[in-house]
Amino acid sequence: MNKTVLDLWVGLFVIAGVVALLFLALKVGSMSTVSSANSYEVVARFDNIGGLKPRAPVKSAGVVVGRVSDIRFDNETYEAAVTLRLDNRYAFPKDTSAAIMTSGLLGEQYIGLEAGGDSLLLKNQDRIFLTQSAVVLESLIGQFIYGKAQEGASE
Amino acid sequence: MPMICDWENSVLKRSIEKLGNRTIQAVWRIGFAARFFVAVLLHSGTAFRRFGLTIREMYFTGVLSLIIILVSGLFVGMVLGLQGYETLQTYGSEEALGILVALSLVRELGPVVAALLFASRAGSAITAEIGLMKATEQLSAMEMMAVDPIARVVAPRFWAGVFSMPLLAALFSAMGIFGGYLVGVQLIGVDEGAFWSQMKNAVDFEEDILNGVIKSVVFGIAITTIALFEGYDAPPTAEGVSRATTRTVVTSSLVVLALDFVLTAFMFRGIS
Repeated sequence: MNKTVLDLWVGLFVIAGVVALLFLALKVGSMSTVSSANSYEVVARFDNIGGLKPRAPVKSAGVVVGRVSDIRFDNETYEAAVTLRLDNRYAFPKDTSAAIMTSGLLGEQYIGLEAGGDSLLLKNQDRIFLTQSAVVLESLIGQFIYGKAQEGASE
Repeated sequence: MPMICDWENSVLKRSIEKLGNRTIQAVWRIGFAARFFVAVLLHSGTAFRRFGLTIREMYFTGVLSLIIILVSGLFVGMVLGLQGYETLQTYGSEEALGILVALSLVRELGPVVAALLFASRAGSAITAEIGLMKATEQLSAMEMMAVDPIARVVAPRFWAGVFSMPLLAALFSAMGIFGGYLVGVQLIGVDEGAFWSQMKNAVDFEEDILNGVIKSVVFGIAITTIALFEGYDAPPTAEGVSRATTRTVVTSSLVVLALDFVLTAFMFRGIS
């Protein structure tokens, strides 16, 4: 069997296709799932998670440090147990607080971590005790109207 | 007594007979196509042992489709950039243009449009070639020489199509994103950093890119199977071959669109 010009063209074609796939994988897409080898999980409980979804980003100071890996409903405390998978590179103190925030007015929801001052660090399967639920727009409007009504009554 | 209705020669009877005949023929063909597909898979040994045969076919199906795939990809991406900008601008979120272009290309347009182009560019050629080989009795000549035409002629073309399709779809998507970048960033002036970084944040490797690749592999299997079968089953006349070629393009385009719906329903049901 001899090498032919045809082989060269097919080789170029395959290389171009693989380069295109690599371009899509590296430049266009990103691996959102942090591999379990270099990450740790912590659990945070919220009264209300609003529209939080699995795989939503976990940010601290605006930087993505992990992802939401699981959301479950705890039938004993009637709370949402949210499992956060954080990158091993980032360590947080034990008294870190978690809040559910929204990027922009109508953007996606994410979990914001605010580091505390404890000298002990969060470990795998630890729990974040200080949490702040999602802001529900309807109840906010409700409070505002209620406040207005009270204002009017006191005058 | 005169007959009111001559049942034996009535139009109604003849049309019902024709309908039944057509139905039976269609079912027969589907069964034969399924057996043909299995036979191609079983006789694929030669296509891999003598990989030169497959390489040769990859040149005809893959390399020669490159021009049409790359140029259409570029233009589809450029149109997406223009149209997407027009729409996003009204919501003041021009930066999301990268997401729009990349997601629509990687998830849908890349695999589907590349498959449609592939069906009309390479599928029709495969059908015409095999059909003509059959009409000129080259296939029977091979059988006479104890060469299995399925193994020697059909299987290499099948695998060449299956290998080429995902590469072509990836090239189409990459080219489209480049086209969107050209129009969005270079021509209109969307912020370059936001274009790429928002795209990177929104496009997931497994859920978007890998699913797109799976789609294109499935389309490749479907198109080449249809094209090869239509050629293999074509009546050995000039008219028969021309009809088979038309049928290849029509059937495989419809099958691609139908399969796309089914695959999308499976893949993106649980997301967000």
